[in-house]
Amino acid sequence: MPAFPAKAALAAAMLVALCAPSYAAKTLVYCSEGSPENFTPALNTTGTSFDAARPVYNQLVEFERGTTKVVPSLAESWTVSEDGKEITFKLRKGVKFHSGVNGFTPTRDFNADDVLFSFERQWKPENPYHKVTGGAYDYFNDMSMPDLLKSIDKVDDYTVKFVLTEPNAPMLANLAMDFGTITSKEYADFLLKKGTPEQYDQIPVGTGPFSFVNYQKDAVIRYKANPAYFAGKPALDNLVYAITPDPTARYAKLKKGECHVMIAPNPADIAGMKTDPVVNLISQPGLNIGYLSFNTQKPPFDKKEVRQAFNMAIDKAAIIKDVYQGAGQAAINPIPPTIWSYNTAIKDYPYDPEKAKAMLAEAGVKTPLDIDLWWMPVQRPYNPNAKRIAEIMQADLAKIGVNAKLVSYEWGEYRKRLQQGEHMTGQLGWTGDNGDPDNFFFLLGCAAARPGGQNLSKWCNKDFDALINKAKTISDTAERTKLYEQAQVIVKEEAPWFTIAHSVVYEPTRKEVVDYKVSPLGRHEFYGVDLK
Amino acid sequence: MAEENAIDDPMPTAPERLLVSESGLSLSAAAVAEAEPVGAEPSPLRAFWSAFSENRGAVLGLAVVVFISLLALFAPFVAPHSPIEQFRQSVLLPPVWAGGNWTFPFGTDAVGRDVLSRLIYGARISLGIGLSVMVVSVALGIVLGLASAFLRGLVEVVIMRVMDMVVAIPSLVLAILIVAVLGPSLTNTIVAVTVVYLPRYVRLVRAAALAELSKEYVVAAQVAGVGRLRLMFVTVLPNCLAPLIVQAALGISDAILEAAALGFLGLGAQPPTPEWGAMLADAREFIRSAPWIVTLPGLAILVTVVAINLMGDGLRDALDPKLRRS
Amino acid sequence: MLKLILRRVALTLPTFVALMFVTFVAVRLVPGDPIEARTGERGIDPERLAALRHELGLDQPVWKQFLDYVYALLHGDFGVSIVTKTPVLHEFLILFPATLELALCALVFAVVLGVPAGVLAAVKRGSVLDHSVMAVALAGYSMPIFWWGLLLIMFMSEYLGLTPVSGRMDLINYYFEPVTGFMLIDSLLSGEDGAFSAAVAHLILPTIVLGTIPLAVIARMTRSSMLEVLGEDYVRTARAKGLSPLRVVGLHALRNALIPVVTVVGLQTGTLLAGAVLTETIFAWPGVGKWLIESISRRDYPALQGGIMLISAIVILVNLIVDMLYVAINPRIRHG
Repeated sequence: MPAFPAKAALAAAMLVALCAPSYAAKTLVYCSEGSPENFTPALNTTGTSFDAARPVYNQLVEFERGTTKVVPSLAESWTVSEDGKEITFKLRKGVKFHSGVNGFTPTRDFNADDVLFSFERQWKPENPYHKVTGGAYDYFNDMSMPDLLKSIDKVDDYTVKFVLTEPNAPMLANLAMDFGTITSKEYADFLLKKGTPEQYDQIPVGTGPFSFVNYQKDAVIRYKANPAYFAGKPALDNLVYAITPDPTARYAKLKKGECHVMIAPNPADIAGMKTDPVVNLISQPGLNIGYLSFNTQKPPFDKKEVRQAFNMAIDKAAIIKDVYQGAGQAAINPIPPTIWSYNTAIKDYPYDPEKAKAMLAEAGVKTPLDIDLWWMPVQRPYNPNAKRIAEIMQADLAKIGVNAKLVSYEWGEYRKRLQQGEHMTGQLGWTGDNGDPDNFFFLLGCAAARPGGQNLSKWCNKDFDALINKAKTISDTAERTKLYEQAQVIVKEEAPWFTIAHSVVYEPTRKEVVDYKVSPLGRHEFYGVDLK
Repeated sequence: MAEENAIDDPMPTAPERLLVSESGLSLSAAAVAEAEPVGAEPSPLRAFWSAFSENRGAVLGLAVVVFISLLALFAPFVAPHSPIEQFRQSVLLPPVWAGGNWTFPFGTDAVGRDVLSRLIYGARISLGIGLSVMVVSVALGIVLGLASAFLRGLVEVVIMRVMDMVVAIPSLVLAILIVAVLGPSLTNTIVAVTVVYLPRYVRLVRAAALAELSKEYVVAAQVAGVGRLRLMFVTVLPNCLAPLIVQAALGISDAILEAAALGFLGLGAQPPTPEWGAMLADAREFIRSAPWIVTLPGLAILVTVVAINLMGDGLRDALDPKLRRS
Repeated sequence: MLKLILRRVALTLPTFVALMFVTFVAVRLVPGDPIEARTGERGIDPERLAALRHELGLDQPVWKQFLDYVYALLHGDFGVSIVTKTPVLHEFLILFPATLELALCALVFAVVLGVPAGVLAAVKRGSVLDHSVMAVALAGYSMPIFWWGLLLIMFMSEYLGLTPVSGRMDLINYYFEPVTGFMLIDSLLSGEDGAFSAAVAHLILPTIVLGTIPLAVIARMTRSSMLEVLGEDYVRTARAKGLSPLRVVGLHALRNALIPVVTVVGLQTGTLLAGAVLTETIFAWPGVGKWLIESISRRDYPALQGGIMLISAIVILVNLIVDMLYVAINPRIRHG
């Protein structure tokens, strides 16, 4: 039992702490926002958990750091068959799994068995690990892999063939996503023999640039450099994730040098960071959209004119300025401008409360009109503060005679109720997974307008739906672009959403951090990063 | 008797409570030992006031409480602006002493609302919560406390074990759980805080009533055939009031703090209600860029709670003959 | 005495049963679903939701879930967290040392400063010192501690740069495995130069924030209890006999005055263990309070149920011990 701190000891400790010894090894500390659920990406859905597993693992192919470009990783090369139904991967030879973690020493290099194991665990109920750690493989299912995959065949130790049920162009990009992570079959067998299979997801063994050292729940995750990494030993010796949920505290730690890189700064702090001498602030437009959905099944939002009036009644510039505080750009279309096919010809509705009021009257809406306005209780990448946005909207709508009642639920419940269409107006958003326009447009399609579907406006426009469905089946990008551009015109005219903003992702690092890159996919990667 | 107290009621929880309950318990006995049944002295009120007004701190506390209550009561007339009107041209304006202007003496918040007006209206909410929690828990505390003291047996066991249980759960966790079940709102904040603080009232009333029950005047009343309800509320209750009043006064400040903590965690009043804790939570991200909107609501809470506690201390000293004498 | 202990222990049993029932029911009354709570914008397909709920036994009738829960509990099984799939007891044991370490430090802080301050205030009753101690104590126990914590971080860590911002250890310079979970001990065991002082430095602000209210309470309690004792006949007699004031205060008065203070200190331990929720949240302290709050928002039923049971059991146990001590040291009650 610790029975001590006398005041003198405290004072002395403070002094000593100030001049702590400098370490020869290069240790980078990343201030992350939360604890991972576990270390197997296939089981998880959150960026926090993916980031925690990322240093340890590789996929067959991966997104080049800081981009959405797919590049080779554990697969050195690949070929796609004529009919587009077979993808054959040539695997890299001589790749070592981490040795000495959790008492496991690999006896062989990475090979096709590991690839098969990694996917079969998610796919085949007979795989001994299928049920381990809850066995919910959300992404594998969400990306329709069970429907798309016919078989995964081992041609030889270093050749794997994916056979698909239909041609699918985004498949490669899908395999670069975190659920495509390759884990060790040998380690799986080792733990099975030991009778502790659940450790597979708690103490990860991978091929990645860093090997896992330990994890203290809610406090810290530690990794050390993998000297045998196939792409070369990382420049950093140690990598530490300091779990710090509060963004103000993260920035304070960054300033004091308690961490080098931090996630998700407060929008309010960004202006200060730009002039902070110890901070390097890098940014990249996020692949996302935040919106307010009008439930078109509930009057008066079944009328296009009412939705348009609402679009004119809300002061978007105020939201961008006071809530995003510069970390966002006003959204005009349902896709971010960084995605191809973005229609630059479209003009946003002007902020014009007078006209909005007139339009409401014209549409036969009696004021005061009572509506509800939902806001999510959590911060999302596309929306730093839904509550504050709701407060601004509420005040703006009051000016045109609309009384908006603010409604919120616990996050899971919130999303579910919105999808059921219980709201009149509600905020939500979307973060892109792979950079394809369809990954955004389907949110407004008729298929998603069913109760429980992702189309929160329950808006089903035949013309729009025909356009996006046609675009999905065509492989020619120029042609697809034309269709999507037309679709955007319809969306603007019909106004099922009030498009709020696309956020800009800011990531502050300390000046001594070299070559850190912000990922458009919201990833945090430390291979290739160095400290001065 | 003393054993009864020490054995069954030794678990007041939060820090502030301890002080009160500890002295409360001993004082209930003491008060009773010396105090004559109510009404025996010519003017207890005057005696009380002269004792109370001796304590300068208490008078100061009372003055501040009265001032804040008046502000709250007349908020619409006192506040320079509406608490929810957004002045988009004046977002995050600093207070007047830090380069702001007199239109918004305490500056404005993230969406351009006047901080001073929000604080004034917020006083309504915080005091309202404090008073509601106090009234409900005193009422329930009296009923449950007297019931367990008089009925004994199973009733007592059930009531007191449930109270033990409430006390054993971390108070904020319990409050959050209750709010999570009922949904976040002002009313539910009041419910949650009441549940959390109920045990101390129940225990206090029970202990005081048990002490009274063995007194001669109660026995005499019983022999005279006074009905049980009358015995409970008319004969015994008035003589348990002193510690209860003290506890109730301090209970208001605890309730305000607890509600503010809930608001701070985003579980209290819903937007755009200007609850102080929620204002603090909203403002947290501006602690660097606009520190006043973080500092002011915190100060408002602190000042209010200090004032109520000063007043409560004065009440205790005035009502506790033992301490008064020393 | 033994009879008394047994009686007191017996009294806690129904409390536990009630606790078991109430946590179970309350946790299930919270709207929302643990599986829905962890999905993102995408949501989850109703079929898979049903399958996963089945997997977790959430589709069973509630009474059956309750019986299963009680059965498991009786066998010492606190269930498995829905979010991390780790046994709840295991998670608790990892987090509890951090909470305990902080609570004990706060208690030491409060006693070391509070008792002398209270004694001095009582001895110098009415002096400037007395008034200052009482004023500070009053402010201390009126403090919204979440606000206090924020101010201290901004002032002490960021403005003055004296203390670390949050967390338990300097992660850049020290790199050692947890052994006991108590950072102060682990840092000593690590043998690394300066690790211990780094651990102490990280404890300073959270200790002050968590210790503020107990400090105020203890100072006030000590003062009033001391005043009471100083007014008693035997102290007056001792004074009259010409004993030095220091001896009177130190030997006679203090010993008796401390009886209620010891009780308060004991009771504070329980409160501190349970009451660190806000402090842990502000300082990113990996403790039990923060974990419980997060479990509520994730609808992690087993973690919430198990966590509340465990922490409540500890609080009840600590209070029980305090009662016993109280009876043991207080002659008036023993003979009462």
